[in-house]
Amino acid sequence: MKRGPLARIILFLFFIGLIAVPLVLTRKASKSEAASSQASTSAALTRYGFYLTEDSKQAGVNFVHQAPVLDRQLAPIMPEVASMGAAVSIVDFDHDGWPDIYVTNSGESTMNALYRNNHDGTFTDVASKLGVANVNRSGTGVSMGAVWGDFDNDGFPDLFLIKWGRPILFHNDQGRGFTDVSIQAGLPEWMNANTALWFDYDGDGKLDLFVGGYYNENIDLWHLKTTRIMPESFEYAQNGGRKYLFHNLGEGKFDEVSGSVGINSRRWALASGAADLSGTGHPDLFVANDYGVSELFVNDGKRFHEVGKQAGVGFSPKSGMNVAFGDIFNQDRFSIYVSNISESGVLIQGNNLWVPQDGTPGSMPHYVNMAGSLGVELGGWSFGAQFGDLNNDGNLDLFLANGYISLDHSRSYWYDFAKVAAGNSTIIGDAKNWPAFNGRSLSGYQQKRVWINDGAGQFQDVAHDVGVTDTHDGRSVAVGDLWNNGALDVVVANQSGPLLIYKNKVDPAEKWIEFKLEGTKSNRDAIGAELTLYWDGKKQLQQVAAGTGFAAQNDLRMHFGLGKDARIEKAVIRWPSGIVQTLDHLTPGELYTIKESQ
Amino acid sequence: MSQPATAISATNRPGAPQWKKWLSLDNRYVPPAFITLILLAGQFSYGILESYERTLLAIATAIGLELILGRIFLGKWLNVASAYITGISVGILVRSPAFWPFAVAAALAITSKYVLRYKGRHLWNPSNFGISVVLFLLPASVAMLSIQWGNNMASMIVIWVLGSIIIWRLRRFHISATYVISFLVLAVIRSWIIHQPWLAEVSPITGPEYQLFIFFMITDPKTTVRSKKGQCIVAFLVALVEMFFRLDQSIYAELYALFWVGPIAILIEMWLDSRRTKPSQSPAVATVTGTSHQPIS
Repeated sequence: MKRGPLARIILFLFFIGLIAVPLVLTRKASKSEAASSQASTSAALTRYGFYLTEDSKQAGVNFVHQAPVLDRQLAPIMPEVASMGAAVSIVDFDHDGWPDIYVTNSGESTMNALYRNNHDGTFTDVASKLGVANVNRSGTGVSMGAVWGDFDNDGFPDLFLIKWGRPILFHNDQGRGFTDVSIQAGLPEWMNANTALWFDYDGDGKLDLFVGGYYNENIDLWHLKTTRIMPESFEYAQNGGRKYLFHNLGEGKFDEVSGSVGINSRRWALASGAADLSGTGHPDLFVANDYGVSELFVNDGKRFHEVGKQAGVGFSPKSGMNVAFGDIFNQDRFSIYVSNISESGVLIQGNNLWVPQDGTPGSMPHYVNMAGSLGVELGGWSFGAQFGDLNNDGNLDLFLANGYISLDHSRSYWYDFAKVAAGNSTIIGDAKNWPAFNGRSLSGYQQKRVWINDGAGQFQDVAHDVGVTDTHDGRSVAVGDLWNNGALDVVVANQSGPLLIYKNKVDPAEKWIEFKLEGTKSNRDAIGAELTLYWDGKKQLQQVAAGTGFAAQNDLRMHFGLGKDARIEKAVIRWPSGIVQTLDHLTPGELYTIKESQ
Repeated sequence: MSQPATAISATNRPGAPQWKKWLSLDNRYVPPAFITLILLAGQFSYGILESYERTLLAIATAIGLELILGRIFLGKWLNVASAYITGISVGILVRSPAFWPFAVAAALAITSKYVLRYKGRHLWNPSNFGISVVLFLLPASVAMLSIQWGNNMASMIVIWVLGSIIIWRLRRFHISATYVISFLVLAVIRSWIIHQPWLAEVSPITGPEYQLFIFFMITDPKTTVRSKKGQCIVAFLVALVEMFFRLDQSIYAELYALFWVGPIAILIEMWLDSRRTKPSQSPAVATVTGTSHQPIS
């Protein structure tokens, strides 16, 4: 070393500074975490404009999910391989104007529940009475989720049950019962799926059905012929379940056309969403895959083309578990939220918030992940998420469920998980090579996140402050105005845990408006219809979707928060048929039922 | 990681034609070229990088600091091959959604060579130091490449074959081989102790991070002892200490093992050297290694 003491002192201080940077940042982060505390209802209303109260008991809902128990050969890692199945959808199945709740169970012989809204803040389980409870019978597999869509345009949404096992399509008989029409529909005997959605991909006015497989469909998880059922890679696996696209032929018949329209993936799909992202008038398909990259299938009206890499969303492989669309900047365009895994010291994938950067109508925009800069990147082992204006301030907020496996609080499986997941496909792909769980947790006891959008490009987690404090293993999240009072409530299905209903109390000064759309030329549920609301110089895009988030479905009605003293200019609806309809003279605080103009 | 030492062979002799020198495996640019090849193959086949920008940031930080510190403290512009390897290693191995950890890890790695010295010799493998420190101090923001690479055996075999040839030519194959054999044997012992499948214990060494560790980190000439026997003993000790870290369920066991074993081994070697040479040589002589061509790498 040629330089004198001064240069060496400066170098030493620089070195100490480099070490201090991580220390200071770690300290700052832990301080801010510790500063978070639960505020009172009134304080939260004043500060954030809303407060969520867990209300399931008062609502008469006492549902606890049970996880599947699979083949005995998987017993050592059962908590991991049987870690999904808790799902919720909000749907007005009986067309009485009040949202109901359907929730899945996943243990053999357990019952699903359909909670009919009693219009007085309580719900009654009518699943058994209507024939949609006993769907997890031994030998037929178990439920993983449910999506509702009126496939025969009779005015009542029908139910597709996503299963590891024999999928079921139930026809809704005018809200008075359900009939299993799976055989007539031509559904396969078995699939191991975790995601599905209804959409009219070809614009013929009839709802089609997309289903994304997870485990290979040839595997009966209760009667294994081999233990080589696991992903061949943690980030690059392509040995998962096939994808299905059931084209609605009418009269209750469907034709499986995935291969012929360009959907051939065998990635491990966990979530999917459909929206017209490219502005062509046809719904595109976004699939979030576990153990790999997301896929974006652009729909040209006849075929799908996978453009994930070109669009920027399909390059960095993660553990995709959610797809939610939201116009978070009020710019009449959807951003896409995909959840992943983040575990301190082990794996920091970070969730993705794909924000469109450019593109003109008719072309796919390029997306950039802005989750970090907007503050919605780190949730934990994240699953379901939904956008919704929880405080009616005119900006879409984000509710995120976290937590994977909560067993022994003091012992973690992460070391063993990382050890095997790093290995060659010969090792990772065989369940018998995975060390036994022995009651350990894996990213367990994690809190939900309630990120409120300040409208200026930042989200702030206020979960604790607004009453969301549970640490159950969150899976599926759905939002809807359950009490018809102009506030978005949140329902969370927890794996091996209770169904939680977070009733929302919003500052009454914050205005709102809601829309229920009914197609005539388009499909009757108006799935795929887009509505842009213009008010106070702002605009916000929402759409009707049947299947979004993780194994979830929001209420089909669209809810817009408007902020204080709002004056609405107009609403423009773009129906799936191509018809554009403009609504004037709208008043805040109303639910409008709009029929597609002829 | 730093640059494996180059050995003087027939093609590298003063009289050999220039083009032969460039094509020779003895060229000092072969290791950087090899690690670049690994990066490109991994990126184009699997997309291993967090992003190009983050990797470039790590490389630029490492090279920039090496040039600046070399100029200030050694009075010359250093060859940047070693810094390039450090930067690219940080760029591949560090996983973080943020940009700054890449710069901090690379800066820590390079600066450590100039600060953490004893009797003119730096003690830690630069990238091992930089990555270990950010992993230990910043667990909420930083992880390391472990499962974010393809689990395809064919690509691993290509890396193993190419890496082995290069390391063989650089006369450091025995270090990698000793470590790998030790790891496999100790995996049997770990498997027996914790009652888990042997393949589960073997699994980590089939992953990507270990390939970089085996071929670039533990073979670094500047931070290993000089004698062949000593190098084998150190490689075994790294595997042994790693076993204890693993029994304690430390995910980055191999990095932490090298972090402790490497400097201690060098200090012991320096102490032994000083005992042997005390009567006739000054301490500065001990800093010149038989295989090293650069004052600092």
